[in-house]
Amino acid sequence: MYSAKVMEHFLHPRNVGVIEDADGVGEVGNPACGDVMTFYVKVKEDRIAEVKFQTFGCAAAIAVASMVSEMAKGKHISEALKITNRDVAEALEGLPKQKLHCSNLGADALHKAIEDYLARKKEKEAGDDGNQSSCAR
Amino acid sequence: MVYLDYIAAAPVLPEVYEAMLPYFTEHWGNPSSIHELGEKAREALEKARAQVADLIGAAPEEIIFTSCGTEANNFALKGIAWAHQNRGKHIVISSVEHFSIMHCAKTLERWGFEVTRLPVDSYGMVNPADVEKALRPDTILVSVMHANNEVGTIQPIAEIGRLCRERNVLFHTDAVATVGLIPVNVEELNVDLLTLSANTFYGPKGAAALYLRKGVRIQPLLDGGIQERGLRAGTENVPAIVGMGVAAAIAKKETNSRIRHLQALRDRLIEELPKRIPDTILLGHPHQRLPNNVSVAIEYVEGESMLLFMDMAGIRISSGSACVSRSLKVSHVMLAMGISAATAQGSLVFTLGIHNTEKDVDRVLAALPPVVQRLREMSPLYHKAKRAQASKQLSGGGHSVQR
Repeated sequence: MYSAKVMEHFLHPRNVGVIEDADGVGEVGNPACGDVMTFYVKVKEDRIAEVKFQTFGCAAAIAVASMVSEMAKGKHISEALKITNRDVAEALEGLPKQKLHCSNLGADALHKAIEDYLARKKEKEAGDDGNQSSCAR
Repeated sequence: MVYLDYIAAAPVLPEVYEAMLPYFTEHWGNPSSIHELGEKAREALEKARAQVADLIGAAPEEIIFTSCGTEANNFALKGIAWAHQNRGKHIVISSVEHFSIMHCAKTLERWGFEVTRLPVDSYGMVNPADVEKALRPDTILVSVMHANNEVGTIQPIAEIGRLCRERNVLFHTDAVATVGLIPVNVEELNVDLLTLSANTFYGPKGAAALYLRKGVRIQPLLDGGIQERGLRAGTENVPAIVGMGVAAAIAKKETNSRIRHLQALRDRLIEELPKRIPDTILLGHPHQRLPNNVSVAIEYVEGESMLLFMDMAGIRISSGSACVSRSLKVSHVMLAMGISAATAQGSLVFTLGIHNTEKDVDRVLAALPPVVQRLREMSPLYHKAKRAQASKQLSGGGHSVQR
């Protein structure tokens, strides 16, 4: 049912775990639907320095999360945001039709983590600006 | 290899295989032919019919051979619906039936019949009082499975049958999961129709039957020749039916010893799995369950992942998780039992067979806990639950200190 690549990532998933001081966290999915993915990213100069994930799901979901984490590592966030479900499925040498939605989840969870990073960054910058302005007063 | 998926498929017994062989190459006649070759096939067919009938306490003429349990279930529902629609168009089924009943009922609804789906309790059990409430003057058929293939719960069929008989309503039970595994007697169960399949009792695939009580009118599903008293057209699968007959005769002799063997293995798994894997929930009834069924839900992990890891370890099992079903839908049986979709995702179904041993159980008990642990380590749900537990304990602890 699964490609050798999917099985390889399922049996030996890369980058499993949590980044305690992550710069961005993204969670997608619903246990009722069978899959939940959480991605953690550490970003340096807008490049993904470290990425980790946790997954509750089937073999495809685990393999997808593992592959997405590999694909994102070292990439500029603008590039990482461009990773599509199709890219993920292709990198895994195909997924069964009914499991294609898993590749969506992987890309979505990564994008959500990056968006969280960007939101935090924006907030921080706004906070910094606020401090400066209060000092100026 | 350790095989614990006997509900999906079982190997035929060597005696069954041996008995079938001559009917492929030597006695290959058509049982409808009146020459000697045909006669030989017909004799074999009738012997098998008697053997199958004997297994369930029926008369041979009450057995109609079909190609599979699904066909027999379709025949029962559609055949009775068509034949009795002038009397009424209401049918009652349970909400945990096999898809061959569930989907058939949907088709009947599209054809203008009305279907009531009975609820089940948290063990997957139908309450006979609910059947009684559901019966109406226009009810023509009730169909409740004898035992559930997924969670193993055995239904109170005799009682439901009695209620139906009192109200003059025909009663069908899908006994694919039970015939040959536990004693089944159509008189004691008060059924008018009963589906059985050879594969459950180590007969071949492609051989099944519908028991139809003498005198019950039914409309044939297939139009064609006069095979099976005109009720099921199509040349009979003689080798498979011969195998089914032999398997039935062996099952009749060995039922009690099989039950003892299977129950011992089942009970050890039921007892040990929750001890070795915390947060494991037994699904189905604790006592009224099939002697070979161990159905559990393992929290915070998903069934297909466990199943594949076990497969790598040479252990073949099954799961009711959405990801193993092509429709990606959580098992309707578990949802009907009120089990949350998240918990149902972690279902594992072990169905034992006569070839299983204590060693097989040992292998499962050794292989599964590390698989679960590995998957839980990467499960966000598990970590969230652990954090919630820890904080609860912390606040609970604080409270006790204040006391």
